[in-house]
Amino acid sequence: MSAQWDVLSQQGYQFFGKMSASISHEIKNTLAIINENVGLLQDFLAMAQKGKPLDQNRLRSLSEKVLDQVRRADDIVRNLNRFAHSADEPVTSVDVNDMVRFLSSLCRRFVSMRGITLDLKPSSKPLTIETNPFLLENLLWLCLDFAMDVTGKENKLSILCEKAQQGARIRFTGLKGLREASARIFPDNPERALLQALDAEFHVDNEAEEMALTLPGHRAP
Amino acid sequence: MDDEKELVSTLAERLSLRGIEADWVTDVNDALERVETREYDIAVLDVKIPKMTGIELKKKLEKKSPHMKFLFMTGHGSENDFKAGVAEAGAEYYLPKPVNIEVLIEKMHKATEK
Repeated sequence: MSAQWDVLSQQGYQFFGKMSASISHEIKNTLAIINENVGLLQDFLAMAQKGKPLDQNRLRSLSEKVLDQVRRADDIVRNLNRFAHSADEPVTSVDVNDMVRFLSSLCRRFVSMRGITLDLKPSSKPLTIETNPFLLENLLWLCLDFAMDVTGKENKLSILCEKAQQGARIRFTGLKGLREASARIFPDNPERALLQALDAEFHVDNEAEEMALTLPGHRAP
Repeated sequence: MDDEKELVSTLAERLSLRGIEADWVTDVNDALERVETREYDIAVLDVKIPKMTGIELKKKLEKKSPHMKFLFMTGHGSENDFKAGVAEAGAEYYLPKPVNIEVLIEKMHKATEK
Protein backbone atom coordinates (compact mmCIF):
# COMPACT_ATOMS: atom_id res chain seq x y z
CA MET A 1 0.00 0.00 0.00
CA SER A 2 2.80 2.39 0.94
CA ALA A 3 4.66 1.69 -2.32
CA GLN A 4 1.43 2.36 -4.25
CA TRP A 5 0.93 5.70 -2.47
CA ASP A 6 4.56 6.64 -3.15
CA VAL A 7 3.91 6.10 -6.86
CA LEU A 8 0.61 8.01 -6.67
CA SER A 9 2.20 10.91 -4.79
CA GLN A 10 5.12 11.22 -7.17
CA GLN A 11 2.85 10.91 -10.18
CA GLY A 12 0.45 13.46 -8.67
CA TYR A 13 3.22 16.03 -8.17
CA GLN A 14 4.42 15.52 -11.75
CA PHE A 15 0.90 15.89 -13.10
CA PHE A 16 0.22 19.01 -11.04
CA GLY A 17 3.53 20.52 -12.15
CA LYS A 18 2.96 19.73 -15.82
CA MET A 19 -0.53 21.24 -15.86
CA SER A 20 0.57 24.30 -13.87
CA ALA A 21 3.47 24.95 -16.25
CA SER A 22 1.20 24.64 -19.28
CA ILE A 23 -1.36 26.99 -17.74
CA SER A 24 1.35 29.54 -16.93
CA HIS A 25 2.40 29.43 -20.60
CA GLU A 26 -1.16 30.07 -21.70
CA ILE A 27 -1.49 33.02 -19.31
CA LYS A 28 1.84 34.39 -20.55
CA ASN A 29 0.54 34.18 -24.12
CA THR A 30 -2.64 36.10 -23.30
CA LEU A 31 -0.58 38.74 -21.49
CA ALA A 32 1.76 38.96 -24.48
CA ILE A 33 -1.19 39.57 -26.84
CA ILE A 34 -2.65 42.21 -24.52
CA ASN A 35 0.81 43.78 -24.32
CA GLU A 36 1.11 44.01 -28.12
CA ASN A 37 -2.40 45.36 -28.63
CA VAL A 38 -2.01 48.02 -25.93
CA GLY A 39 1.44 48.77 -27.37
CA LEU A 40 -0.10 49.30 -30.81
CA LEU A 41 -2.73 51.54 -29.24
CA GLN A 42 0.07 53.62 -27.69
CA ASP A 43 1.81 53.74 -31.07
CA PHE A 44 -1.38 55.14 -32.65
CA LEU A 45 -1.74 57.71 -29.85
CA ALA A 46 1.87 58.81 -30.33
CA MET A 47 1.21 59.17 -34.07
CA ALA A 48 -1.95 61.18 -33.31
CA GLN A 49 0.11 63.58 -31.22
CA LYS A 50 2.22 64.15 -34.33
CA GLY A 51 -0.89 64.96 -36.36
CA LYS A 52 -2.00 61.63 -37.86
CA PRO A 53 -5.77 61.23 -37.27
CA LEU A 54 -6.93 58.32 -35.11
CA ASP A 55 -8.86 55.58 -36.88
CA GLN A 56 -11.83 54.90 -34.59
CA ASN A 57 -12.58 51.50 -36.16
CA ARG A 58 -9.03 50.40 -35.53
CA LEU A 59 -9.22 51.55 -31.90
CA ARG A 60 -12.50 49.67 -31.44
CA SER A 61 -10.97 46.53 -32.95
CA LEU A 62 -7.94 46.77 -30.65
CA SER A 63 -10.09 47.20 -27.53
CA GLU A 64 -12.19 44.16 -28.57
CA LYS A 65 -9.03 42.09 -28.98
CA VAL A 66 -7.89 43.08 -25.50
CA LEU A 67 -11.30 42.14 -24.08
CA ASP A 68 -11.15 38.78 -25.91
CA GLN A 69 -7.84 38.03 -24.24
CA VAL A 70 -9.16 39.08 -20.82
CA ARG A 71 -12.03 36.60 -21.29
CA ARG A 72 -9.56 33.94 -22.43
CA ALA A 73 -7.35 34.54 -19.38
CA ASP A 74 -10.42 34.38 -17.15
CA ASP A 75 -11.31 30.94 -18.60
CA ILE A 76 -7.74 29.73 -18.08
CA VAL A 77 -7.64 30.93 -14.47
CA ARG A 78 -11.08 29.42 -13.80
CA ASN A 79 -9.76 26.09 -15.10
CA LEU A 80 -6.69 26.43 -12.89
CA ASN A 81 -8.89 27.13 -9.87
CA ARG A 82 -11.09 24.12 -10.57
CA PHE A 83 -8.02 21.95 -11.09
CA ALA A 84 -6.47 23.11 -7.79
CA HIS A 85 -9.71 22.37 -5.91
CA SER A 86 -10.02 18.90 -7.45
CA ALA A 87 -7.60 17.68 -4.74
CA ASP A 88 -9.91 18.91 -1.94
CA GLU A 89 -12.08 15.80 -1.53
CA PRO A 90 -10.92 12.15 -1.66
CA VAL A 91 -14.31 11.06 -3.02
CA THR A 92 -17.04 13.16 -4.59
CA SER A 93 -19.71 13.05 -7.32
CA VAL A 94 -18.27 13.51 -10.79
CA ASP A 95 -20.06 13.73 -14.13
CA VAL A 96 -17.71 11.86 -16.45
CA ASN A 97 -18.89 13.87 -19.50
CA ASP A 98 -18.03 17.09 -17.68
CA MET A 99 -14.72 15.69 -16.43
CA VAL A 100 -13.58 14.73 -19.95
CA ARG A 101 -14.59 18.16 -21.28
CA PHE A 102 -12.70 19.83 -18.42
CA LEU A 103 -9.55 17.76 -18.87
CA SER A 104 -9.46 18.38 -22.62
CA SER A 105 -9.81 22.10 -21.94
CA LEU A 106 -7.04 21.92 -19.32
CA CYS A 107 -4.79 20.09 -21.79
CA ARG A 108 -5.65 22.12 -24.90
CA ARG A 109 -2.11 23.45 -25.25
CA PHE A 110 -0.62 19.93 -25.24
CA VAL A 111 -3.21 18.93 -27.85
CA SER A 112 -2.57 21.93 -30.09
CA MET A 113 1.23 21.54 -29.76
CA ARG A 114 0.88 18.10 -31.36
CA GLY A 115 -1.46 19.42 -34.03
CA ILE A 116 -4.12 16.93 -32.94
CA THR A 117 -7.86 17.50 -33.27
CA LEU A 118 -9.87 16.24 -30.30
CA ASP A 119 -13.38 15.05 -31.08
CA LEU A 120 -15.36 14.76 -27.82
CA LYS A 121 -18.48 12.64 -27.86
CA PRO A 122 -20.24 12.89 -24.49
CA SER A 123 -23.19 10.65 -23.70
CA SER A 124 -26.64 12.20 -24.03
CA LYS A 125 -27.29 11.86 -20.26
CA PRO A 126 -25.07 12.76 -17.29
CA LEU A 127 -22.70 9.96 -16.24
CA THR A 128 -22.41 10.55 -12.52
CA ILE A 129 -20.00 8.42 -10.51
CA GLU A 130 -18.48 8.68 -7.04
CA THR A 131 -14.71 8.89 -7.35
CA ASN A 132 -11.51 10.74 -6.51
CA PRO A 133 -11.50 13.63 -9.01
CA PHE A 134 -7.78 14.42 -8.84
CA LEU A 135 -6.71 10.81 -9.38
CA LEU A 136 -9.20 10.48 -12.23
CA GLU A 137 -7.87 13.66 -13.88
CA ASN A 138 -4.36 12.29 -13.53
CA LEU A 139 -5.29 8.93 -15.08
CA LEU A 140 -7.24 10.60 -17.89
CA TRP A 141 -4.25 12.80 -18.69
CA LEU A 142 -1.91 9.79 -18.88
CA CYS A 143 -4.39 7.98 -21.16
CA LEU A 144 -4.80 11.10 -23.31
CA ASP A 145 -1.02 11.59 -23.52
CA PHE A 146 -0.53 7.98 -24.62
CA ALA A 147 -3.48 8.17 -27.03
CA MET A 148 -2.02 11.33 -28.62
CA ASP A 149 1.36 9.60 -29.05
CA VAL A 150 -0.38 6.68 -30.73
CA THR A 151 -2.62 8.87 -32.88
CA GLY A 152 0.34 10.81 -34.25
CA LYS A 153 0.73 14.47 -35.12
CA GLU A 154 -1.99 16.25 -37.10
CA ASN A 155 -4.57 13.46 -36.75
CA LYS A 156 -7.98 13.23 -35.12
CA LEU A 157 -8.52 11.54 -31.77
CA SER A 158 -12.05 10.76 -30.60
CA ILE A 159 -13.05 10.40 -26.95
CA LEU A 160 -16.43 8.84 -26.24
CA CYS A 161 -18.19 8.71 -22.87
CA GLU A 162 -20.82 6.05 -22.30
CA LYS A 163 -22.66 4.25 -19.54
CA ALA A 164 -21.12 0.98 -18.34
CA GLN A 165 -22.94 -1.70 -16.38
CA GLN A 166 -21.86 -0.39 -12.97
CA GLY A 167 -20.50 3.02 -13.85
CA ALA A 168 -19.03 4.77 -16.87
CA ARG A 169 -16.67 4.03 -19.73
CA ILE A 170 -14.35 6.39 -21.60
CA ARG A 171 -13.20 5.17 -25.01
CA PHE A 172 -10.28 6.61 -26.95
CA THR A 173 -10.84 5.72 -30.61
CA GLY A 174 -9.08 6.28 -33.94
CA LEU A 175 -5.74 5.09 -32.53
CA LYS A 176 -4.19 4.13 -35.85
CA GLY A 177 -0.73 3.41 -34.43
CA LEU A 178 -1.97 1.27 -31.53
CA ARG A 179 -0.64 -2.06 -32.81
CA GLU A 180 2.80 -0.57 -33.49
CA ALA A 181 2.78 1.04 -30.03
CA SER A 182 2.21 -2.29 -28.28
CA ALA A 183 5.95 -2.49 -27.58
CA ARG A 184 5.56 0.47 -25.24
CA ILE A 185 4.35 -0.59 -21.80
CA PHE A 186 0.98 0.98 -21.14
CA PRO A 187 -0.42 0.91 -18.57
CA ASP A 188 2.90 1.15 -16.74
CA ASN A 189 3.46 1.51 -12.97
CA PRO A 190 1.91 5.00 -12.53
CA GLU A 191 -1.17 4.09 -14.57
CA ARG A 192 -1.55 0.75 -12.80
CA ALA A 193 -1.35 2.46 -9.38
CA LEU A 194 -4.04 4.94 -10.48
CA LEU A 195 -6.24 2.18 -11.93
CA GLN A 196 -5.99 0.28 -8.65
CA ALA A 197 -6.69 3.37 -6.54
CA LEU A 198 -9.76 4.16 -8.64
CA ASP A 199 -10.93 0.53 -8.89
CA ALA A 200 -10.90 1.10 -12.63
CA GLU A 201 -10.21 -1.24 -15.55
CA PHE A 202 -8.26 -0.59 -18.72
CA HIS A 203 -8.71 -2.45 -21.96
CA VAL A 204 -6.92 -2.22 -25.30
CA ASP A 205 -8.41 -3.47 -28.58
CA ASN A 206 -5.78 -3.41 -31.33
CA GLU A 207 -8.29 -4.55 -34.00
CA ALA A 208 -10.77 -1.78 -33.23
CA GLU A 209 -7.86 0.67 -32.76
CA GLU A 210 -9.20 1.84 -29.42
CA MET A 211 -8.61 1.70 -25.71
CA ALA A 212 -11.19 1.99 -22.96
CA LEU A 213 -11.21 3.03 -19.33
CA THR A 214 -14.05 1.62 -17.25
CA LEU A 215 -14.86 3.36 -13.97
CA PRO A 216 -17.01 2.01 -11.15
CA GLY A 217 -20.12 3.86 -10.05
CA HIS A 218 -18.84 4.07 -6.48
CA ARG A 219 -15.34 4.06 -5.11
CA ALA A 220 -14.67 3.63 -1.40
CA PRO A 221 -12.80 6.61 0.18
CA MET B 1 6.60 32.95 -36.11
CA ASP B 2 4.27 32.17 -33.23
CA ASP B 3 1.13 30.04 -33.18
CA GLU B 4 -0.73 32.95 -31.54
CA LYS B 5 -1.95 34.91 -34.58
CA GLU B 6 -3.04 37.95 -32.58
CA LEU B 7 0.40 38.21 -31.04
CA VAL B 8 2.54 37.78 -34.11
CA SER B 9 0.41 39.90 -36.47
CA THR B 10 0.33 42.83 -34.04
CA LEU B 11 4.04 42.55 -33.32
CA ALA B 12 4.77 42.60 -37.07
CA GLU B 13 2.59 45.71 -37.48
CA ARG B 14 4.40 47.48 -34.64
CA LEU B 15 7.77 46.63 -36.20
CA SER B 16 6.52 47.97 -39.56
CA LEU B 17 5.50 51.25 -37.88
CA ARG B 18 9.13 51.52 -36.74
CA GLY B 19 10.43 51.09 -40.27
CA ILE B 20 11.25 47.37 -40.06
CA GLU B 21 9.66 45.37 -42.86
CA ALA B 22 8.10 42.35 -41.19
CA ASP B 23 6.13 39.28 -42.32
CA TRP B 24 4.42 36.88 -39.95
CA VAL B 25 3.35 33.23 -39.97
CA THR B 26 1.64 30.95 -37.44
CA ASP B 27 2.63 27.61 -38.91
CA VAL B 28 6.04 25.96 -39.32
CA ASN B 29 5.29 24.81 -42.88
CA ASP B 30 4.39 28.37 -43.88
CA ALA B 31 7.64 29.56 -42.32
CA LEU B 32 9.63 27.01 -44.32
CA GLU B 33 7.79 27.90 -47.53
CA ARG B 34 8.21 31.64 -46.98
CA VAL B 35 12.02 31.48 -46.92
CA GLU B 36 11.93 29.73 -50.31
CA THR B 37 10.52 32.84 -51.96
CA ARG B 38 11.96 35.70 -49.89
CA GLU B 39 15.19 36.55 -48.18
CA TYR B 40 15.03 37.58 -44.55
CA ASP B 41 17.70 39.08 -42.34
CA ILE B 42 16.26 37.68 -39.14
CA ALA B 43 13.52 35.37 -37.85
CA VAL B 44 11.84 35.83 -34.47
CA LEU B 45 10.57 32.44 -33.29
CA ASP B 46 8.56 31.22 -30.34
CA VAL B 47 10.35 28.42 -28.54
CA LYS B 48 7.23 26.27 -28.11
CA ILE B 49 5.27 25.90 -31.33
CA PRO B 50 3.01 23.19 -32.72
CA LYS B 51 4.57 20.24 -34.56
CA MET B 52 8.21 20.98 -33.59
CA THR B 53 10.24 23.16 -31.25
CA GLY B 54 11.49 26.61 -32.20
CA ILE B 55 15.06 25.29 -31.99
CA GLU B 56 14.21 22.52 -34.51
CA LEU B 57 12.58 25.07 -36.82
CA LYS B 58 15.70 27.25 -36.54
CA LYS B 59 17.85 24.34 -37.76
CA LYS B 60 15.55 23.74 -40.75
CA LEU B 61 15.43 27.43 -41.64
CA GLU B 62 19.22 27.72 -41.32
CA LYS B 63 19.63 25.00 -43.96
CA LYS B 64 17.43 26.93 -46.38
CA SER B 65 18.74 30.37 -45.50
CA PRO B 66 22.24 30.10 -43.99
CA HIS B 67 22.69 33.86 -43.54
CA MET B 68 19.50 34.39 -41.55
CA LYS B 69 19.84 35.32 -37.85
CA PHE B 70 17.46 34.18 -35.10
CA LEU B 71 15.80 35.52 -31.98
CA PHE B 72 13.65 33.45 -29.66
CA MET B 73 10.63 34.43 -27.61
CA THR B 74 9.41 32.31 -24.73
CA GLY B 75 6.46 32.07 -22.42
CA HIS B 76 8.56 30.16 -19.86
CA GLY B 77 7.33 31.32 -16.50
CA SER B 78 10.13 30.59 -14.07
CA GLU B 79 13.69 31.86 -13.92
CA ASN B 80 15.02 28.28 -14.07
CA ASP B 81 13.01 27.55 -17.23
CA PHE B 82 14.25 30.79 -18.72
CA LYS B 83 17.89 29.95 -17.90
CA ALA B 84 17.47 26.51 -19.50
CA GLY B 85 16.17 28.15 -22.67
CA VAL B 86 18.97 30.70 -22.65
CA ALA B 87 21.53 27.91 -22.41
CA GLU B 88 19.95 26.09 -25.34
CA ALA B 89 19.53 29.03 -27.70
CA GLY B 90 22.19 31.51 -26.61
CA ALA B 91 21.62 34.38 -24.17
CA GLU B 92 21.43 37.31 -26.55
CA TYR B 93 18.92 35.52 -28.75
CA TYR B 94 16.31 34.97 -26.08
CA LEU B 95 13.44 37.18 -24.91
CA PRO B 96 10.73 36.44 -22.34
CA LYS B 97 7.08 37.15 -23.18
CA PRO B 98 5.54 39.70 -22.99
CA VAL B 99 8.19 41.23 -25.23
CA ASN B 100 9.27 44.85 -24.89
CA ILE B 101 9.39 46.03 -28.50
CA GLU B 102 12.30 48.42 -27.98
CA VAL B 103 14.36 45.60 -26.41
CA LEU B 104 13.33 43.31 -29.28
CA ILE B 105 14.51 45.85 -31.87
CA GLU B 106 17.79 46.36 -30.00
CA LYS B 107 18.38 42.58 -29.96
CA MET B 108 17.47 42.36 -33.66
CA HIS B 109 20.05 45.01 -34.50
CA LYS B 110 22.71 43.30 -32.39
CA ALA B 111 22.03 39.93 -33.98
CA THR B 112 22.10 41.23 -37.56
CA GLU B 113 25.26 43.26 -36.95
CA LYS B 114 27.21 40.06 -36.20
